[in-house]
Amino acid sequence: MTGELPGPAPEERPHPSGRRNKQGIRIDPQAEAEPEVRREVLSALVDHEPGVLAEVSGLFARRQFNIESLTVGPTAAEGLARMTIVVEETDPGVEQVKRQLRKLVPVHAVRELDAATERELALIKVGDDDPAGVAAVAEMYGGEAVEAGPEVVTVELTGTEAEIDAAVEAFERFGVREVARTGTAALAGGTEFTAYDDTTTDD
Amino acid sequence: MSESEPERTTEREAETLPTGASSVVTALEDAGVTAAFGVQGGAIMPIYDALYQSDIHHVTMAHEQGAAHAADAYGAVTGEPGVCLATSGPGATNLVTGIADADMDSEPMLALTGQVATDMVGNDAFQEADTTGITRPVTKSSYFASDPDTVGDTVGEAFALARDGRQGPTLVDLPKDVSNAEDVARPGPAEGPETHVVPDEADAEEVSRAAHALADAERPAILAGGGVIKGEATDELRQFAIDHGIPVITTMPGVGAFDETHDLAMEMAGMHGTGYANMAITHCDVLLGVGTRFDDRLTGGVDTFAPEAEVIHVDIDASEISKNVHADYPLVGDASTVLRQLDDALPRAPDAEGWRDQCRHWKEEYPMDYDAPEDEPLKPQFVVEAFDEATDADAIVTTGVGQHQMWAVQYWTFTEPRTWISSHGLGTMGYGLPAAIGAKVAAPDQEVVCFDGDGSFLMTVQGLSVAVRENLDLTVCVLNNEAVGMVRQWQDAFFEGRRMASEYPWGPDFATLAEAFGAEGFTLDDYDDVADTIAAARDYDGPSVIDCHIDPREDVYPMVASGGANGRFALQEEHL
Repeated sequence: MTGELPGPAPEERPHPSGRRNKQGIRIDPQAEAEPEVRREVLSALVDHEPGVLAEVSGLFARRQFNIESLTVGPTAAEGLARMTIVVEETDPGVEQVKRQLRKLVPVHAVRELDAATERELALIKVGDDDPAGVAAVAEMYGGEAVEAGPEVVTVELTGTEAEIDAAVEAFERFGVREVARTGTAALAGGTEFTAYDDTTTDD
Repeated sequence: MSESEPERTTEREAETLPTGASSVVTALEDAGVTAAFGVQGGAIMPIYDALYQSDIHHVTMAHEQGAAHAADAYGAVTGEPGVCLATSGPGATNLVTGIADADMDSEPMLALTGQVATDMVGNDAFQEADTTGITRPVTKSSYFASDPDTVGDTVGEAFALARDGRQGPTLVDLPKDVSNAEDVARPGPAEGPETHVVPDEADAEEVSRAAHALADAERPAILAGGGVIKGEATDELRQFAIDHGIPVITTMPGVGAFDETHDLAMEMAGMHGTGYANMAITHCDVLLGVGTRFDDRLTGGVDTFAPEAEVIHVDIDASEISKNVHADYPLVGDASTVLRQLDDALPRAPDAEGWRDQCRHWKEEYPMDYDAPEDEPLKPQFVVEAFDEATDADAIVTTGVGQHQMWAVQYWTFTEPRTWISSHGLGTMGYGLPAAIGAKVAAPDQEVVCFDGDGSFLMTVQGLSVAVRENLDLTVCVLNNEAVGMVRQWQDAFFEGRRMASEYPWGPDFATLAEAFGAEGFTLDDYDDVADTIAAARDYDGPSVIDCHIDPREDVYPMVASGGANGRFALQEEHL
């Protein structure tokens, strides 16, 4: 083939010794460590209208952001819904998630929550061979039986994600038939607003 | 409007318009739209009926993909959103490639699509497609118009959103019942959504830190991206670079941001960038990136990209900061504003005489000098240079995608912004001809030259019928190597020469094909005829096509292997 150009070959050129990692950060190759994945709770105020959930979930899918849960529901403000999104990402990843979310037209505000109040609701359907045992475990996790039918008992409980995980595990010995979980909902602690309706002032 | 009641009409007009469709067209007119590109069809017919009354010049395209590319190029040339229209279903899906292309290149564009009537949506009606769902990932926003009284406002909002901040495509899906609804409210002025916050000035402290880093640099370089041109920051960038003696590298969309004849111009870096640009970007110690997303075709492998440089990143889109390359100094704001801020904050010009000498030396060490023996087939580089010499500095170049595109960007000397119009990010073969149509409609007084490949040209060749109908004086130069040459080049380099589905054992005679469409056709295969053929094609008043038979063995160099280090660019196949 033709099209060659003149000039020194690659091995005849000077090459700098520096390197960047996968996140494009300059690093000391000897000291390189994989950035740690962290779990973060994001809260977003969004327009409460059709297509918004698809837009947000589509963004997460196509940008390969790792989400653990996403919940959405109306707020006290008319026309606005709150999404609580639990992500598992590296530091630059969490920043990217927030910036990409803010770009979406139906998104009014996005905030990363520290020290938030987090709750999840779960319905757990177990076998009724040991009603007293089920009641005792339910009580231990602050839940209650909400339906007792033939052969099964449905327990309702709320708690943090970790508490629900532990409860589901505790119910295993009664035979867990089905579990329905809502995913985490969260609000910022104290008088702080979780997310203002002003994209310029949060963060 | 009722002609029998003229007095009452005047009063009524202030409040209502006859139909949803007329509200859409009024919104376009109020936004300053003077041209649109589209294809008719069932669900969009009410909009076209309203256009019948309008002064907007509608260019009837041969295929919706071409309508989108033409609107994209119109936006790239004018800076204002180009408008394209298509009907529901296949009309809308045919637009998608062009919309995705505009999204990747941040070109301002508004797409209007017809949709089946609201009560039919979701029933898999005839020519129904989930247009907003399909286009959401490739637009700034995709609107479904559900209310005839606000449909014009929605169109205005979509127009403003496409134009403001980081530009890009938007879409409004128009159900037929909304377009046909009668007595609708008149739309207000075009305003973007309130959640779309466009930054102007960057944080002053960050600017100051960045300015000091730049002043302390020994090997400073500017990387000018497409955002410099779209942000109308070309003057500021040129002045900043020249005042402070900083060499300027460009991305591919950034070509035209800096005058390539200037001493400080290092031209385009990246996969097929110049050797000197790739040396400069690899060895700089402070890199000022303006309006660039550090795309992988520019950076090569991120691990070896500008590995010793502190990066100052100016971008109007905060989500570009540290997306691909970490920004040591993130400056979110408008390119021209932030460049003025940096200029004000710069304590002194960097002391970089030695570095400028080094950059000049690299230009001499890695010249873009190709061989063009008289006894071999035509070299494409020679043809590009001959065209460049024959035309004025404001001539607009459009291209398809592939080898011809790289020869065009490498061997045309660009000096002005908005003269290099190409498919950069999506790499859409077939972009060139419809883009030339859009560019010519946008700038009828500027010469438009489309370099195309034989593969690219065949993908949208039906656009010739449009160019003839519209009597657009543009020149297409098909650099015909009887192959999809870039694929062939990669097969030779990376697939041990197994040329699967890349070479064409037979191709059309493009000169004859052009004449079948009513355009003027030329064939060129001899060095002696290059100047005369170019002159004849340019002189022809209307679209002309030169079928230029080039050396099919010619490869594009320099070349950085995908994911490789920019500084290790190959100058021949043995280097890969």
